[in-house]
Amino acid sequence: MLLEVRDLHVEFRTRDGVAKAVNGVDYSVDEGETLAVLGESGSGKSVTAQAVMGILDMPPGRITGGEILFRGQDLLKLKEDERRKVRGAEMAMIFQDALSSLNPVLSVGDQLGEMFVVHRGMSRKDARAKAVELMDRVRIPAAAARVKDYPHQFSGGMRQRIMIAMALALEPALIIADEPTTALDVTVQAQVMDLLAELQREYNMGLILITHDLGVVADVADKIAVMYAGRIVESAPVHDIYKAPAHPYTRGLLDSIPRLDQKGQELYAIKGLPPNLMNIPPGCAFNPRCPMAQDVCRTDVPPLYEVDEDRGSACHFWRECLNG
Amino acid sequence: MPEQPYEPEGAIAGTGMGGAMDLAASEAVTLEKTPGGPEGTGPQQKPRSLWSDAWRDLRRNPVFIISGLVILFLVVISLWPSLIASGNPLKCDLAKAQEGSQPGHPFGYDGQGCDVYTRTVYGTRISISVGVLATLGVAVLGSVLGGLAGYFGGAWDSVMSRITDIFFAIPVVLGGLVLLSVVTSNTIWPVIGFIVLLGWTQVYRIARGSVITAKQNDYVQAARALGASDSRILLRHIAPNAVAPVIVVATIALGTYIALEATLSYLGVGLKPPTVSWGIDISSASAYIRNAPHMLLWPAGALAITVLAFIMLGDAVRDALDPKLR
Amino acid sequence: MVDHLEPILEVSGLVKHYPLTQGILFKKQVGAVKAVDGVDFTLNKGETLGIVGESGCGKSTVAKMLVNLERPTEGLIKYKGEDLTKLSGKALKSVRRNIQMVFQDPYTSLNPRMTVGDIIGEPYEIHPEVAPKGDRRKKVQELLDVVGLNPEYINRYPHQFSGGQRQRIGIARGLALRPEVIVADEPVSALDVSVQAQVINLLDRLQSEFELSYVFIAHDLSIVRHISDRVGVMYLGRIVEIGRDEEIYDHPTHPYTQALLSAVPVPDPEAREHRERIILAGDVPSPTNIPSGCRFRTRCWKARERCALEVPLLAVPAEFRSVSGPAAHDSACHFAEEKQVVPSEEPGGMSPEGQEE
Repeated sequence: MLLEVRDLHVEFRTRDGVAKAVNGVDYSVDEGETLAVLGESGSGKSVTAQAVMGILDMPPGRITGGEILFRGQDLLKLKEDERRKVRGAEMAMIFQDALSSLNPVLSVGDQLGEMFVVHRGMSRKDARAKAVELMDRVRIPAAAARVKDYPHQFSGGMRQRIMIAMALALEPALIIADEPTTALDVTVQAQVMDLLAELQREYNMGLILITHDLGVVADVADKIAVMYAGRIVESAPVHDIYKAPAHPYTRGLLDSIPRLDQKGQELYAIKGLPPNLMNIPPGCAFNPRCPMAQDVCRTDVPPLYEVDEDRGSACHFWRECLNG
Repeated sequence: MPEQPYEPEGAIAGTGMGGAMDLAASEAVTLEKTPGGPEGTGPQQKPRSLWSDAWRDLRRNPVFIISGLVILFLVVISLWPSLIASGNPLKCDLAKAQEGSQPGHPFGYDGQGCDVYTRTVYGTRISISVGVLATLGVAVLGSVLGGLAGYFGGAWDSVMSRITDIFFAIPVVLGGLVLLSVVTSNTIWPVIGFIVLLGWTQVYRIARGSVITAKQNDYVQAARALGASDSRILLRHIAPNAVAPVIVVATIALGTYIALEATLSYLGVGLKPPTVSWGIDISSASAYIRNAPHMLLWPAGALAITVLAFIMLGDAVRDALDPKLR
Repeated sequence: MVDHLEPILEVSGLVKHYPLTQGILFKKQVGAVKAVDGVDFTLNKGETLGIVGESGCGKSTVAKMLVNLERPTEGLIKYKGEDLTKLSGKALKSVRRNIQMVFQDPYTSLNPRMTVGDIIGEPYEIHPEVAPKGDRRKKVQELLDVVGLNPEYINRYPHQFSGGQRQRIGIARGLALRPEVIVADEPVSALDVSVQAQVINLLDRLQSEFELSYVFIAHDLSIVRHISDRVGVMYLGRIVEIGRDEEIYDHPTHPYTQALLSAVPVPDPEAREHRERIILAGDVPSPTNIPSGCRFRTRCWKARERCALEVPLLAVPAEFRSVSGPAAHDSACHFAEEKQVVPSEEPGGMSPEGQEE
């Protein structure tokens, strides 16, 4: 297994109290595999990814438990300088907002080339040539001419390609993409997702795709982990989950999105709001919003029940849910 | 953008069964058709505004408490100096000139034989009045002109901005020497007028910038779409949201204006005797610094503490009002 | 849905150019951003017209002109036959009452220094003739109730509410003057998926309750289909195709619409193998420098010489003029042809099963 996260816990200490952002997350991704982590804002999907990358702001963040195994080695036990070698070279991250993730006063060629100068000790000239090669890879037209341009001279889609090129520079084994296409228009979104999927196949990388878009997930993922209030509530191969969700939250999400191919009369709406992370309801965190909640849901935290060999659901009533 | 579970939104959204029950009644009436109903939970905390939030922060900030107490003390003695100093600052006895500390006269005597303690206490009044009045003038003039320029923009804004550039280019002390040396009045008004004349541009820029920022908010567009007049938009929507940076800058500037008054008085173009001012006393004491350093020490120390107190207060207020830090 | 069509808003030849100037004191115009470059549509009473397009296509500028936040450079906006662009002062203020707006961002569209009661009550202060002073508080509480919020929240501040609740407050403000038309600019795009559905359902319910007509502007094609009776597709300042929702979604004839629809990810992993996706090349050209002829030709796979020379008009294309059927709707393309890009409906899916009228 390329990456395995085991029982990860992350807290944020704030002025108003302790926010439990991640409360025992397990997931894994293998080479050449795409894991989609699906969740709404505050579900802990990005915080988990930041913990994996080692870019969590600490403080206020604190990892209070768990392991992050990369090729069997626990990253949390590494020293910061050892960790830094893993970051960039072995795993890389793509962010939602490419404009603010690129340095506005350096040309894109310099920023791409820097990776090779720092990690590979290349000369400036060789690094520049490598940068052009990378820009070609991510299909930026006239790469050789544009290598001296600054980030603001590129369109949103092109900037996201540059971000992808940066992430790919050292040919990492794992890419974490946090909402990589959310800020882009649909037609550009399709271009970028296609590119990402193609490069993943080519380099046989593991890809963790963090998103809230059920459509994007259906297009590219192999398996899905649905997060709610810092826990994984359902994990399954992509085909299973869309056919028959085994958790009422997943079912609610699928039912609440309008479909391009259907014109419904009224949308199903999950009632209520996501919980306050400083005050997560006892029992199942979803119980106040759940149409199926019983007394046991208000008292007992559901474990991740095994629904199938490669499928789990953190719902006491997953059987009922599965059968609709 | 990464999620920030600790940002206020998450904390305030509220949760739990209590909130859900709050709403249950209205939900049933208004949305019985919806399987879901509205987001059930409501806010649970007491209404809080930016000001009450800021106040809550300030009360816990030791810097604010210390500087606030110092300033309170200074204001009280500038209003009623006789509370702590029974003497007359203008009653001097040349025979006692330059004498050091002695019972009843803890700070000693100055070169004219006046009681340094009494003069230092009475000097507070001038410093505080000049500081407060000059700051008021600067704040009013700067924020009105800056606010209008920021809101209406256009040619007025371009012209005003060039004018502020010119004012920024004037060296303050040199300007003071030139302008104030022709003034004969022995009141505090010429000094205040001079500070306002040179200081308003600083507030102008801040006010203009924060009005431009506030103007771009959708709620201003929303008010405009409702047909609200310019004065309504400015007073009700923009001013309350643009005033915080002006307050911060003004508080910090107040300290520097007090120092500026002392500087001008020291140079002989600010206030003139018999007005009692720290600047004048520092000026006359500087001739005797070797023989009688106490004459310089007390007024200079009072000036330093006052200026520092206002700058610290400004800093604390900025921390409390700056939304980026929350 | 609407039996007899009565136009409430008629827009014709709408243009908004923002001049680009150089110089500080003495400005001279060096060009123009052609944000909106000739838009025509009609909104009928009680219907929802969706306008979709990618960022920079001018859809938000159209919204702003409809509620008079921007003055058009050219063109007419007729509300019940009266041209808004010619009005000013009192007459404008009274017409404004009837066309209200719901904004995209629930975080910046509510003044953080005002209580919810003041925010929703502000329309009455600006238009005091609508409600006498004594009634206002009661009216505000009624509105809170209508949008599904507890009327007791009247004294709270916006930051105490979640995004979805804030959007409800914005909707209540829009309803206060009992307008006939509501222009909603991306009203749910800032909300979480599970909350979007709540707000869309609310808008749906309010439409029938208050007999509202909506102009619904969004980039999310699925949401627009859900809520709209008719849909207009915008590209670079113009509407390139407009028609009833099934005409646009199931029988698109303009290549841009086809590309747009094919790019939308469908939440169905089975569809990914046998779906044809049209991936457009390149980026949208700058609105300061619009291509000659058909403005889409630089990205169009069908473009020929004619497209660079002749501006295609928004009308039923010649090849469909003789047929009646869903393909015969307005489409601004010289080489319009029908192409199905959205996978056909699968009965028994998981979504609620309401089919169209």
